Amino acid sequence: MEAELKEMLNDLDSLKQSLPDPSNHASIHKLQSRVEHLTKLAKSAPVRRTKVQDMSAEVVDSNPYSRLMALQRMGIVENYERIRDFSVAIVGIGGVGSVAAEMLTRCGIGRLLLYDYDKVELANMNRLFFRPEQVGMTKTDAASQTLSDINPDVVLESFTLNITTVQGFETFMSSLRNKSFCPNKEGSGVDLVLSCVDNYEARMAVNQACNELNQTWMESGVSEDAVSGHIQLLIPGETACFACAPPLVVASGVDERTLKREGVCAASLPTTMGVVAGLLVQNTLKFLLQFGHVSPYLGYNSLKDFFPTMEMRPNPQCSNAACLERQKECLLAKPAKDAAIRAKMEAEALLVPEGPLHDDNEWNISVVDDEELERTDATSSDALPEGLTRELPPADEFQKFSAAEPTTTTFDDIEELRKQLDALNA
Amino acid sequence: MEGWDPNTKSTLTQIPLLTTKAGPRDGAAWTTRLKEEYKALIAYTQMNKSNDNDWFRISAANSEGTRWTGKCWYVHNLLKYEFDLQFDIPVTYPSTAPELELPQLDGKTQKMYRGGKICLTVHFKPLWAKNSPRFGIAHALCLGLAPWLAAEVPILVDSGMIKHKDDATSTSES
Repeated sequence: MEAELKEMLNDLDSLKQSLPDPSNHASIHKLQSRVEHLTKLAKSAPVRRTKVQDMSAEVVDSNPYSRLMALQRMGIVENYERIRDFSVAIVGIGGVGSVAAEMLTRCGIGRLLLYDYDKVELANMNRLFFRPEQVGMTKTDAASQTLSDINPDVVLESFTLNITTVQGFETFMSSLRNKSFCPNKEGSGVDLVLSCVDNYEARMAVNQACNELNQTWMESGVSEDAVSGHIQLLIPGETACFACAPPLVVASGVDERTLKREGVCAASLPTTMGVVAGLLVQNTLKFLLQFGHVSPYLGYNSLKDFFPTMEMRPNPQCSNAACLERQKECLLAKPAKDAAIRAKMEAEALLVPEGPLHDDNEWNISVVDDEELERTDATSSDALPEGLTRELPPADEFQKFSAAEPTTTTFDDIEELRKQLDALNA
Repeated sequence: MEGWDPNTKSTLTQIPLLTTKAGPRDGAAWTTRLKEEYKALIAYTQMNKSNDNDWFRISAANSEGTRWTGKCWYVHNLLKYEFDLQFDIPVTYPSTAPELELPQLDGKTQKMYRGGKICLTVHFKPLWAKNSPRFGIAHALCLGLAPWLAAEVPILVDSGMIKHKDDATSTSES
């Protein structure tokens, strides 16, 4: 197109010179400037960048990774290029998931797995990432389109399915297990799963899959009034799983307002969703590239700009069987893990020159290790001090009750039962 | 259960409770659960018929019992409005309730998620969570779908969003 326009300019020039009447020159000049404008527009038309073999730290305008590689020079990240070895699965490509996917893509993540069953709607346009011309496309297709344009180095795999159905769940599990991208990796085929879904059922499905696969994941959420959100790190067996702490609804018995999902018109803001996506991906980068402190839980209350953090231990009475299994494994592995941590700390201590921290200690102040105290506390949480009894039975009382009860066998053939229901339906 | 009418309450107490905590991926335990689901559904359907309050048909659409299809209806101003009913048993069942779908009403009411999933969030999900795993499909229909139909169908009819099938054919013929 550029060559065509250039020829047109040349033609106009020769036309101008061949015309004896100067009165036409003005209009020809006008035509010329319009063609020049078109040439400029044609030059700025989208160009897809080619794939990059190695991440370079060279500071030139054309290097997409120079600013990221600078993290090494600044001493924040030891080896940024490792990011190309990592696979991250994002479940739910909505207000948070799509932005998180874009952030990871721009960071040059190795592989992204995207899961969603929804389509882009005009009602999504108050959020970031999707564009109006993508309305009607599946969210996974629309996301792959944009993301592969932004960074063709990222390997994208998209799955248009509902993970809460039996079939969708099986596909979800096998896609997480697939190790074709990095065959030498231990455990599953992905390094981290990010849950960016908007409902309780899907969170429970992600929780189930990750507990079974012993897969670390992060959960994210934005409240339906759009003014608060949270992210949470879940390491099966080590931290509370999503089923360990029952939702507020069940625990407190208050009116259920917390886990409603969009669609029945929940509010949403691009700001809150962007902030939560940013917190989520920041925690992801810290987890993968091993810098800073990875937050186990980080809340965001936008009305008061309050960011609470906390840690949640797993619930020994968790209703999820896979979680209990992971807890057992974790308990068995704990002595070895503790020893490794202690050895590391001792090794670090050796590096520091020995000697008194303070020359004089007039008041005989000493630091007492409180770790031992805490441990006895944690293990004896079931035992009560003398004289105290519990008012309510423990939560797993129901299980005992059902096990004790003999199962009645009046109709025990499933076909028989099906026929009976069909007869009633007729 | 405050705020529920005494009729629903007494019906509910007569639907047999389930005991097996098993989902569709639990093999033999799921078969046991499925038997209990059938028993509860049979008891509930029989009860409805004997009380002259028959209002749904449901049967498993596959041999694993993970997908269910049928019909439900609601009588408003002496006219019967009937809808297709379908749902999948989620992998995390019975920790999470089945998501009941009325595909014909998709897009016609705000009290619905995409794909015709009726909104159970406020009136039913907390009850389900508190009573898991003792509630089953029959309880979901009784406490989830029935009140939804009772609340939504009159509004849908009055606002003209849905028409009775006799009306619909007569207007299309004229």
